[in-house]
Amino acid sequence: MRAKTHRRSKGLNGWLLSLPALVLLLIAASGPLLIVVIYSFLEPGDYSGVRWTFSTDAWFRILFQRDIFDGTVSLADANLSIFWRSVKLSLATTLIAFVLGLPTAWFIATRTPAARAVWLFLITIPFWTNLLIRTFAIMEVIRNQGLMNTALINLGLIETPIQVLYTDTAVLIGMAYVYLPLMVLPLFAAIDRFDFKLIEAGYDLYASRMGVLRRVVLPIIRPGIVAGCILVFVPSLGAYVTPRVLGGGKNMMIGNFIELQFGQGQNWPLGSALSMVLLIVVLAALLIYTRVSSRDDPNG
Amino acid sequence: MKTVLLATTALLAGAFGAAADGQLNLYNWGNYTSPELIEKFTAETGIEVTITDYDSNTTALAKVEAGGSGFDLVVPSANYVPVFVEKGLLAPLDKSRLSNFDNIAADWKDVAWDPNRDYTIPWQWGTTGVAVNTSVYDGDINTSEIFLNPPAELVGKVNVVPEMNDVIALTIFNVGGDACTEDLEVLRKVRDKLMAAKDSWISMDYGTTDKLSSNDLVATVNWNGSTMRARLNNADVAYGYPKEGYPLWMDSVGLLADAQNVDEAYKFLDFIMIPENAALISTFARYANGIAGSDAFMPEEMKTAPEIVIPAEFAAAGRFLPTCPQKATELYTAIWTELRK
Repeated sequence: MRAKTHRRSKGLNGWLLSLPALVLLLIAASGPLLIVVIYSFLEPGDYSGVRWTFSTDAWFRILFQRDIFDGTVSLADANLSIFWRSVKLSLATTLIAFVLGLPTAWFIATRTPAARAVWLFLITIPFWTNLLIRTFAIMEVIRNQGLMNTALINLGLIETPIQVLYTDTAVLIGMAYVYLPLMVLPLFAAIDRFDFKLIEAGYDLYASRMGVLRRVVLPIIRPGIVAGCILVFVPSLGAYVTPRVLGGGKNMMIGNFIELQFGQGQNWPLGSALSMVLLIVVLAALLIYTRVSSRDDPNG
Repeated sequence: MKTVLLATTALLAGAFGAAADGQLNLYNWGNYTSPELIEKFTAETGIEVTITDYDSNTTALAKVEAGGSGFDLVVPSANYVPVFVEKGLLAPLDKSRLSNFDNIAADWKDVAWDPNRDYTIPWQWGTTGVAVNTSVYDGDINTSEIFLNPPAELVGKVNVVPEMNDVIALTIFNVGGDACTEDLEVLRKVRDKLMAAKDSWISMDYGTTDKLSSNDLVATVNWNGSTMRARLNNADVAYGYPKEGYPLWMDSVGLLADAQNVDEAYKFLDFIMIPENAALISTFARYANGIAGSDAFMPEEMKTAPEIVIPAEFAAAGRFLPTCPQKATELYTAIWTELRK
């Protein structure tokens, strides 16, 4: 009986002790989010800000557009194409990062401990430089009079520069470069724990090389793959700097589209509603992640 | 002992006051402020100037309106000055503190967007037209068709600066309308023309001076001074005055209502109305200023530049953009938003 009371008071104490953190979390995390939700149900103010009148127009305009002149309503294919481009580019970025990241992580994990430390260190070097600078560096490489085109022209392979800058390809190159380390690190962590004796066992049981990879290696390092994919996919989806610099303001992604609403578009409610949509997509991706990774976890 | 030290410090501070006191935060368009002008101002007054860049009127408005920006002076375009004033973001100028106020050229002294210059003084004015690399396209460039219906050589290579008022105005003039029109028939043509043209553009971005200089861009909607700077680096760049009509504009300096360094700001405003100093502004950014007598201090290349001296045959096509009524702005914003998607 005494022990029970003791435990209960300890639980209460724990609650009280964590109260400051909870309050902080509520104010700092939920507060701003709540403002975004409220703003998405208001009318745009003159030039900027919001007018405090309830309206679902912003949500309506995510999926539908009303013609400026005759008022006919149609599906907002322009918005949808921006969403589709964002999802498409993010998936492609994830795929590229995975294809490049898996052999890289495998290579690092199979070195001696000393060499491993050096390779991991090299992987983290790009993080020392600001993202914007790195993006401009990519721009310097792919622009019409940049490194790539000048080299190709001087080698006589092409006569006029290849237009890569300001295309979806440019955005893709930029994002794959920027987010690759986020794929390599979790993959490395997974491969590092992998018991290589299992591969020998696979071969002993007459599995082909492909069979070992597909049925032994990949299933075991799956949590690392899923974590890496999420770490690349989520920031890609919300990317702002890379498409802004390399996409030339015409090929927008969701992040740029949201920014546009708070700037030149002068429609804060629409910007807020779009932010919520992005948040929902990211949450859905995370939900899938927890489902997929827990299914495999022997403890869960 | 402590008192002595304090007294000494005070004395020292007094003696070197000219070099140590005062700072000023200028919020201006990027690549627009002459470093020479700032050096001279600091040398004469001891006031340290911090410059922060923006790339559009809307950016400047949003940041200033949010409050606590810490900026003292801002340089909005003519059509944004009334917006800043209406929102109470600019402080009325105390002209008794501006001894050089009378240097403002007669044409710019009483302007529609700021009657009697109660809130702003001129920074620079210019035109919006097109810049084309003549080694890529050597046809007629004095037309807005360069970006609204590009010749074959330029398809897929045209940049359009994301400056709503300039681009919409150029297009309205192209289809035969007037600035600030609310005529739906005209605006429908404007939208259709822009939406059709968009496919032949490569980007909607700023930074045109550098990209024209380095041949990364071969055609763009651009401002005259920026084009002149690019031409000085790259002789193939030429400026076209769209004969269908093109906007004239002026950016003016205003004192922010929440400025912390008001005395310093007044000194700066007075300083840039001295013709010699105004000439420094123009020599850097290559736009004309609104100060009488500054021509005498301009370099020879500015006095004859085809980008600065508007050729007689195109002079009549230049039209000053007034501040449009809210209704017109709403329609333009709707078209612009549709375009930027």
